Amino acid sequence: MKNKMNYKKLWGMTKADVLLGVAFLVVGALCFVGLLILNQQPAGQLEVKVAGETKAIYLISEDREVTLEEIGENTFEIKGGVVEMVHADCPDQYCVHHRPISKNGESIICLPNQVVITIRGGEEQVVDGTTN
Amino acid sequence: MGRPTNKLALSGVLTALAAIFSYVEALIPFSFGVPGIKLGLANVVIVFALYSIGPRFALLISVVRILVVSSLFGSPAIAMYSLAGALLSLAVMVPLQKTGKFSMIGVSMAGGVFHNIGQLVVAAWVVETMQILYYFPVLLIAGMVTGILIGIIVTRVSRTIRIKL
Repeated sequence: MKNKMNYKKLWGMTKADVLLGVAFLVVGALCFVGLLILNQQPAGQLEVKVAGETKAIYLISEDREVTLEEIGENTFEIKGGVVEMVHADCPDQYCVHHRPISKNGESIICLPNQVVITIRGGEEQVVDGTTN
Repeated sequence: MGRPTNKLALSGVLTALAAIFSYVEALIPFSFGVPGIKLGLANVVIVFALYSIGPRFALLISVVRILVVSSLFGSPAIAMYSLAGALLSLAVMVPLQKTGKFSMIGVSMAGGVFHNIGQLVVAAWVVETMQILYYFPVLLIAGMVTGILIGIIVTRVSRTIRIKL
């Protein structure tokens, strides 16, 4: 018969078996490391500072609306990875008119109330991006 | 030298055995923490068949067993996952066996790994998300472990049961 079983040869692993096993392990390890690196990129965070003091850090990935009552009153909204100042009791309202921010390093500043909200560790901002 | 009827009869017995193994395994609630990981006792029969009566009958046994088991205890979805795993597994095991450089353990190990890969690919396609591929490293190791275990079992079984066809 063609596929006659050679028991002595079949029992115990051959060199090829071991090489194949090592190859599988290497592929598995590489994938594992690759996935770890992918996962390590932290979700963007929103750092909230009032008068230079960090008051809170929020995850950009979690939708929420926060009202700060420190020097003045500021309300910002995190929605779908975008942060927008929706209300402020400051006189100039620059922060409310500021376009929504979503990229790493972008911030909305309300000078009268000394509020600075900054995105960190998220998507890198394009260096030569358009200046608004 | 084997007469086709002998092979066919043996295939019938092995198919029944594989189906029972699947059923027994479903009765025992294995839990390895990750969904989709199981020993795959039925593959003992498939690997044994591959070595004792050849790839065609191993394929036949595998497909019939899946159709029987999934129509009795499962669903078409389960049949699809099982078929994808079983077919890819055999597609890898047959050429590896033919090279003659691998032992049953090595062939079975590759079969276990590619069984899981086949199922994972179908899962990624059904769920339409690549996120599921995060399971890949875990399933690869699991496939190796179960494949090696099955290879050891089949090696022992083959030493005891010598079939003359």
